[in-house]
Amino acid sequence: MLTVGELTRYLRQLFEGDDILADVWVCGEISNLSLPASGHVYLTLKDNQAALRCVIWKSIVQRLRVDLKNGQAVEVHGSIGIYEPSGNYQLYIDLLRPAGEGRLYQEYLRLKDQLEAEGLFAPERKRPVPAAPQRIGLVTSPTGAALQDMLNTLRRRYPLAQVIVSPCAVQGSEAPLEIVAALHQLAALPQLPDVILAARGGGSLEDLWAFNDARVVRAIAASPIPVITGVGHETDTTLADYAADLRAPTPTAAAVLATPDVADLSASLRHLTRRLWETIAGKLTTDRSRLTTMERRLARRSPGIRLRTDRQQLDTLNQRTVRIMGSRLQARHLGLNALRARLEALNPQAVLARGYTILTTPAGHIVRSPSDVVPGQHLSARLATGILDLTVDHIVSEE
Amino acid sequence: MQLNPVPPEELNYEQALAELEAILEALEGGQHPLEETLALFARGQELSLRCAALLDQAELRIEQLESRGGNSSAA
Repeated sequence: MLTVGELTRYLRQLFEGDDILADVWVCGEISNLSLPASGHVYLTLKDNQAALRCVIWKSIVQRLRVDLKNGQAVEVHGSIGIYEPSGNYQLYIDLLRPAGEGRLYQEYLRLKDQLEAEGLFAPERKRPVPAAPQRIGLVTSPTGAALQDMLNTLRRRYPLAQVIVSPCAVQGSEAPLEIVAALHQLAALPQLPDVILAARGGGSLEDLWAFNDARVVRAIAASPIPVITGVGHETDTTLADYAADLRAPTPTAAAVLATPDVADLSASLRHLTRRLWETIAGKLTTDRSRLTTMERRLARRSPGIRLRTDRQQLDTLNQRTVRIMGSRLQARHLGLNALRARLEALNPQAVLARGYTILTTPAGHIVRSPSDVVPGQHLSARLATGILDLTVDHIVSEE
Repeated sequence: MQLNPVPPEELNYEQALAELEAILEALEGGQHPLEETLALFARGQELSLRCAALLDQAELRIEQLESRGGNSSAA
């Protein structure tokens, strides 16, 4: 005989020791969904034959990308355990995805291998995105939150840009062709955008499926304009992301990656302006000091200096002149003596010395003819060594 | 270097910024006659003011193309 507790504990150990029950995938439809304040989620998974009670702990709930709804077909993974107080067995869910997503995921992996083999994801295909695009093309739903997120971010970060929205559906069967058409429309503009942001908000793998479509992936890889993708949440990587030139985790992040921040631009503009001022100040300082140097050089060649130099030269010249003139005078002096000697030869005194006499009237007139005098007139006779006073007795002849 | 005759008000931000950078490089690099240096500086000042004004006044311009794909659905 066992107690209820003993039997339940035995069953629990049986369940927990079973390899299948500890790691099981189950598909079914959600019912009796309960979302209490504790954050844990309780639901019943059912199909037309049976029902299975399930628990999702809060920590798992927080990682779920799926909005749970009654009637939703899902695939869940977890382990079967027994809740002893009520004696119920239940599935502790650790993974949950919409039904069909497993098949989709397999398709995703197959496509990824195929497109990768085609070289669409090759790193050397990636083009640099412009640092400051003037025209930004947006490929997204015109009514989606992604568009508003991107516009808000662009408005805040880089209002200098011009945005061209190329609208398209981003989920549903039409979405792939619309996305391709939207990309082509931007590439056909007379003035090409500098960069394209292809984006949509988060969702299930099925919601994001258009961005795994081979046509979309090829159109992104072939785009003549660099493409930045921002699809879903951080954890989602679509094939479009692999083909894009740059992958952002979300639409907002794509807008951030595509643009510089206007605050940084302002700062670098201030820096440039300061450089401009410093450069001109430096230039003027350099010029001024060059000017000072030149002024100094010029001063050495100034008329003042010239005059002083000239004056000095003049002095030297003067001295030379004086010297030259001095010697010349000397020479002339010598010549003068000779002249004087010659003159001496002509000196009447010399003639007198030879015995001649000069007669003069008292008035000092030289007597050259007997008619110059009258009898009784006094005359002076100048001899070499003295003067005689004479009186004329009579005139002998008159010529 | 040859001064751009286009008035700064007619330049967009990227053009004005590129010219400002070119002027800075010319000023920092080469030797120019004083008159040219001052002209370059004056032009640089104008470009800097133009850029600042553009940053201050900028408002995102948004244009939406006609949808080619037909029924766009929200996301």
